[in-house]
Order: sequence, then C-alpha cells, then structure tokens
Amino acid sequence: MKSLPEQVVVQPPEQLRYARLLEWGTRVGMAVLLLSFAAYVLGLAESHVPVAKLPELWIHPVGRFLELTQSPTGWGWLALLHRGDIAGLLGIAILSGASVLCLLALVPIYLARGERIFAAVCLAEVAVVVLAASDWLAGPH
Amino acid sequence: MRIARPAALVVPALVLLAASAHAAETMGASTAPWWVWPLGLCVVCFLIGVIAVPAGIGGGTLFVPIVGSFFPFHLDFIRGAGLLVALASALAAGPTLLRSGLGSVRLALPMAVLASASSIAGAMVGLAMPAHVVQMLLGAVVLGIVVLMFLSKRSEFPHVERPDPLAQALALNGVFVDNASQRVVPWQVHRTPAGLLSFLVIGVLAGMFGIGAGWANVPALNLLMGAPLKVAAGTSGVVLSLVDSSAAWVYLNKGAVLPMIAVPSVVGMMLGARIGARLLTVLKAAVVRRLVIGVLGFAGVRALLKGTGVWP
Repeated sequence: MKSLPEQVVVQPPEQLRYARLLEWGTRVGMAVLLLSFAAYVLGLAESHVPVAKLPELWIHPVGRFLELTQSPTGWGWLALLHRGDIAGLLGIAILSGASVLCLLALVPIYLARGERIFAAVCLAEVAVVVLAASDWLAGPH
Repeated sequence: MRIARPAALVVPALVLLAASAHAAETMGASTAPWWVWPLGLCVVCFLIGVIAVPAGIGGGTLFVPIVGSFFPFHLDFIRGAGLLVALASALAAGPTLLRSGLGSVRLALPMAVLASASSIAGAMVGLAMPAHVVQMLLGAVVLGIVVLMFLSKRSEFPHVERPDPLAQALALNGVFVDNASQRVVPWQVHRTPAGLLSFLVIGVLAGMFGIGAGWANVPALNLLMGAPLKVAAGTSGVVLSLVDSSAAWVYLNKGAVLPMIAVPSVVGMMLGARIGARLLTVLKAAVVRRLVIGVLGFAGVRALLKGTGVWP
C-alpha cells in the first residue's frame, strides 16, 4: 500500500467557499423547517388546513386540493406565513434557494482568475433556479 | 456472524414491505387518526434510509415508488416530497463531499445547468399528466433502474487517455485523497458532449418523477465520462442539490409540497441514512445491492400495476 504524500491536498478556493455557504444555508433551512413543523403539529400556530381534515384531502390531485382548501399557489404563501402549515414552506424555500447564494459567491473568484466561461455558467444556473422560483413558467394555476 | 450481517439489512427491508403493505390495506380508512400517516411515513422513510445508503442509491429513488404504491397520498404530493427528500440529503452531504474533493463544483456546474433547465420542463410535464399515466411511466422507469443496477459494472478508476477538447477548455479535472488506498488520485474526464446530453435527459426524469437522479448521474459521470467512482458519486450529490432545487420550486409554486408529508419523510430518511452509513462498513455490497434490486423491483411492478388499474 502506498503511503500518503506529505503535502496536503487542498481543494480550489471556490469549492471551499461553495461548501461553507452551502453548509450554512442548509443549517438555516433545516432549522426553520423543523421548528415550524414542530409548532404546526403541536398546535402552537393555527393551521390553514386543519390537520384532522388532511386524510380526506391529500388523496386528491394538487389542483383539486387547492380548490377544496383555498390554498395559495406561487408566492401567495408568503402572506400566510403566520399559519402553522404554511410556515413550513419557508424552510423548504430556503433549502431550495440555498444554492443561489453559493453560486453568486463563486462569480468574483472566477472573474478574478479570468475564467469568464465558469462565471457565465454560475450565472446561467442562478438564472435557471430564479426562473423556476419566479413561477413565471408555470402560467395560470 | 455471516448470517447476522445480511439479516441486519433483510429485517429492515421486510419490515419496510410489511409496513408499506399494511399502509396499503388501510388506505383511505377515514377512521385512522391523521397522525398515523406522517408517523408511518417517518418509519418507512427511516427504513428506506437504512437500506439506501449501503446500496449506494439516493433515498429519493426508493421513496417515490414505495410511498406512491402503498400510501394514500396523491402522487403529486409524493413527487414533491420525494424531490425534497433528495434535495435535503444532497444538501446535507454536499459540504463534506466538496471539502474532501470527492465532489467537484467544476465538474458539476456544466452538467447541472442543463439538467436543471430540463428538470423544470420535466416537473411541468409531470404535473400536467394524469396520475395513472405518471404511475405507469414511473413503474417502467423504476424497472429500468432495476435492470441498470443489475447489469451495470462500475469502474473505480477508469482510464482516461486524454480529455476531450471541451473538457480541456473547461479544465474538468481535479485531485482527491483516496482514504481506502491512502493515495492522492488525480483525475480528468472525456466524452463531455455526450455527458452533457445525458444530463439533459436525466434532468427531465428527475423533475417528472421526483426520484432524484443519483442512479443515473453516477453511471453517466463514471462509465461515460470516466470520472473515478468516488468522484462520480460525490459530484452526483452536488449536481442533485442544484437540479432538485429547480424542480422543487416548480412543485412548491404549484402547491404540490405538503409539509405534513415532506417533513416526516426528510426526518425519517436522514435518521435512517445515519444508521445506513454505519452499516456500510460491515455489510457486503453485493448482498445490499441484491436486496435493493428486489425491493425496487417489487415497487416498480406495483407502480405499473397500480397505473394500469390491475392492482389499484
């Protein structure tokens, strides 16, 4: 078995920055998700849809579910964040958006090194996630 | 002890199927209190997490076919939860993989841009299709995964003579420390255009079925592009964290993410994955693979039969 060389393998700075920001984004997202869910199931916050009614509602397709519960689509949930079940969506949104900040943080590093293609790839990925988050593609619900 | 090791995995797998079957029997029973379902979901996801890690596949791959076949939730919400399970797992593992060099941002980014864009299209198409059609297609895809797992041979350190012009231009290479052999391993890739095309297709499947895509990412990076197996697995996690983010937003915007389904799934899966990671060192990979192929095959047939109405 070959022994490990003396020198330590150091990963590129952009990779380490990405890892650090992703770790924090995930921690915040998971904390918000778990705390809001605990408040929801313990009844500390009023629900938009009563938990006892869920078994007769979650059997329907999402369109019918929204119709029966008058639940919001798109970013409409932001106005109902005080409701226990809706508050959980904030944690999910943070987890789904965590990568955007990481990608943006890489752009200055790539530009400083003259790697314009990779800076453009980062911005393209950000554009894709933002497009998905914008609800613009989904059209009318 | 030889019997005890496989038994450590067979037991959770059998409990998983029994719990799922019990859930199916009581499906739609209005007398069951509401908390039975998220609790049952959490237990089933814990068991999925236990067997998914040693099998080397994402929990999301098992989650959608099993929960979709045996729980009363509509497939729209199950796919939304499946994406979140895959996303949370990928995000949790991402930082460690990147710091160790097993995950490469440089290799992941070009693949992720195409897969993310196509995953949005996949998610929109999947949500627009009738549930029975999605269920049938899901069954077919899951059985395809079973065949892929059965036939595919993995190459730990593929030989890449020279990188293709695109890989050279993008400097798609890196180095990592292989703790198993105590070696510093430099790597590079080839066939980048074909790899990019394959990620376009993988993104559609990930978005449409909410099953994550580690099962497809790893062969594409390892067998097609020539990345070392550990780099392929680590980079697959980074790609997943980006692809599932895009698809998850589509499900979130459409109202197809229910915290009551998604959160217990994430919690159960993450707890199970911790146990699974410990079992990784004591279990034989071949035994685990055969077991998962069996569970996945059963779930795939069930999804196909449910979609066709033969076993509703």
